[in-house]
Amino acid sequence: MAKVTIDGVMIEVPDGTTILQAARMIGERNKADRHVVPPAMCYYTSLKTSGGYCRTCIVKVTKGSDKDPRPMPKPVASCRTAVMDGMEVANTTDPGLVDARNGVVEMLLINHPLDCPICDQAGECHLQDLSYENGKEASRYEFERRTFDPIDIGDTIKLHMTRCILCYRCVKVGEQLTDGRVHGVINRGDVAEISTYIQNAIENDFSGNMIDVCPVGALTDRTFRFASRVWFTKPVNAHRNCGNPRCNGHVVLWLKGNEVLRVTGRKDMWGEVESFICNTCRFDKKDLAAWTVEGPRQIDRHSVINQGHYNLERKQALLTSPAPNVPELAKRKELKDR
Amino acid sequence: MGRKLLFEHIDKPGIRGLEGYRANGGYRSVEKALKTLSPEAVLEEVKKSGLRGRGGAGFPTGMKWSFLAKPEGVPRYLVVNADESEPGTFKDRYLMERIPHILIEGMITSSFALGAKVSYIYIRGEYFYVARIMEQAIAEARAAGWLGKNILGSGFDHDIHVQVGAGAYICGEETALLESLEGKRGNPRIKPPFPAVKGLYDCPTVVNNVETIAAVVPIVNDGGEEYAKIGIGKSTGTKLISAGGNIKRPGVYEIDLGVTCDEFINSDEYCGGVDGRAFKAVVPGGSSVPIVPYELFLKTPAGENRLMTYESLSEGGFAQGTMMGSGGFYAYNDAQCIVRSTWNHTRFYHHESCGQCSPCREGTGWMEKVLHRLEHGEGRTEDIDLLWDIQRKIEGNTICPLGDAAAWPVASAIRHFRDEFEYHVTHREKVKDPKHFAREPFRKSAKFATA
Repeated sequence: MAKVTIDGVMIEVPDGTTILQAARMIGERNKADRHVVPPAMCYYTSLKTSGGYCRTCIVKVTKGSDKDPRPMPKPVASCRTAVMDGMEVANTTDPGLVDARNGVVEMLLINHPLDCPICDQAGECHLQDLSYENGKEASRYEFERRTFDPIDIGDTIKLHMTRCILCYRCVKVGEQLTDGRVHGVINRGDVAEISTYIQNAIENDFSGNMIDVCPVGALTDRTFRFASRVWFTKPVNAHRNCGNPRCNGHVVLWLKGNEVLRVTGRKDMWGEVESFICNTCRFDKKDLAAWTVEGPRQIDRHSVINQGHYNLERKQALLTSPAPNVPELAKRKELKDR
Repeated sequence: MGRKLLFEHIDKPGIRGLEGYRANGGYRSVEKALKTLSPEAVLEEVKKSGLRGRGGAGFPTGMKWSFLAKPEGVPRYLVVNADESEPGTFKDRYLMERIPHILIEGMITSSFALGAKVSYIYIRGEYFYVARIMEQAIAEARAAGWLGKNILGSGFDHDIHVQVGAGAYICGEETALLESLEGKRGNPRIKPPFPAVKGLYDCPTVVNNVETIAAVVPIVNDGGEEYAKIGIGKSTGTKLISAGGNIKRPGVYEIDLGVTCDEFINSDEYCGGVDGRAFKAVVPGGSSVPIVPYELFLKTPAGENRLMTYESLSEGGFAQGTMMGSGGFYAYNDAQCIVRSTWNHTRFYHHESCGQCSPCREGTGWMEKVLHRLEHGEGRTEDIDLLWDIQRKIEGNTICPLGDAAAWPVASAIRHFRDEFEYHVTHREKVKDPKHFAREPFRKSAKFATA
């Protein structure tokens, strides 16, 4: 076991835990401590070797460990750095680090089209959340943004490369969940793109999970595109007996009335799916009768989906104990420090 | 005149072939190591020599070798980094072209010390003809029994393979090189684990520069202590410097570490001074290291003579010093425009960024666009501060050192030549002429601008 302190909050975690995981444990333990959790755009717990690319989860290690208390010279990617006993980490308490992360967010946004009004991901987009919490109100970038033509990769998935932040999550899905990976990253630098081999279709049972893991609107569900804004739909937990041995059939149905607009995996409070689902469940079962509905889905964190009145009880709970958000906490702390 | 260790026989006829090389004392280190020394003893000599990595970072080679994990039943590899893509550096090419066998000899001896049965030379794609020279030399060595099974009856087996890259700068970064060598996309890996623990095919691997491995030959021949006598302090031995730019005598020089910078740049033995104008700035170690004004290159901030050593060049830190780097030395005269040169460097880094992590992928392109605007007479005063801020947000926040390498030239150019950047904003019409400073050299104002 190792004791690690993040922004002054201490937790004891098993050896080998990453800083990000330790921070999430703190956040799960106590909602009021959620500000210690660094944002993560490319790390995905269930995908091996993911993480380290986007650099939004960087933290400052102010004390290496009890044995070697030297601070680490550079910010480290918290998703790929294991904790040491006695480690002390600054996430929102180090002004230099906040500034560096701000820079990363700005970099991620300079070539992003910011076409949220016409993007299906709006409302559940991690990049929106990230820039709201850690970004600036305006961009200093004045040049033409990089663009690509949207392409269909198969009947069910649309690729908007223009929106992509190259998190590599979908590549890991292709590598680890599906047989016969047919897509990857081609070219390099700021013209690198996710691509299949000569616009090949991606066809296999689990390819739809690429849509779920995509933090932005680069990979969207062609069966749901432009059907509704997500915050006008009502998410419910549902399950069915899925014949696929690798799929447990536990999903979220996004309803409008009794119409199933789309089916996704169940995402936890960090935006990661609990279990991957097969394409049959995702794309072919758009009939409420095919599912056993369990009840309304609680969409955690700061999602705009909560603004929908689909779950009155939850709304009441929110009103009595407002979920803290990071800028507010920072402001509170600032006032206290004064 | 310093001692020549690597270039001692470079002008002898037939040195490129095995026969000529052997006639000039070649492969003595292999004989000595395999017949009389244990692998530990060779490692000990390298440690004693104080040899530091010649690829750029200057990490002590003996220490790097001793970090190599040695689990049972797992092969170990030596990989020679011949992906010499740092702009301004061409020392390894020259060495491999002229005396390919010194590299092979060094690789056999080093592999013996490391216990590697197979080693690789990863050569950049642009050096395809050098790869042919190397392959020919390896074939000769193999035919003569220097490679293969049971070399010199010692029971040590070794073979060398040459792999040609596809011409990406990033594949000179050791983990990207290993990825590329494995046949994958050349993206740097996230460290830890370091190659010494999990390198090529997840096996313990040592990655060294061509010159580092070649330097093992004189170290084993004459002993580490003898080698350590050359040089000053922690910078021991000789170093190949490829000199270019506005100097009278461009070329590859083998210098004793510890030669004064003044002697190196001005004496007729080496660079031979400026080509008819006046020196303005120097980049002593390849395009990634900070550029320094000529006066600051000659004297440290404390007013002492600066020496060509790892320590002396970096004296004054990043604000007033620079780095030894890979030995890609180039000097600017007063006809050169620092903004143009910085833009050119940044254009290179933008083109070569692998696109894996955000700050470098997006930031290098942004810097390039801003610098392009400045250099072509469309810049604004805020652009200088904007550039400073972008480079600051790239440096230290990336997976591999390419981010830093892209940020440092911009940072140092603004730090030392901010008035030249300002000139580009105030004299927009003049700088539209690409040869603006050649026609009318920029004179620094009395006020020495620092950022």
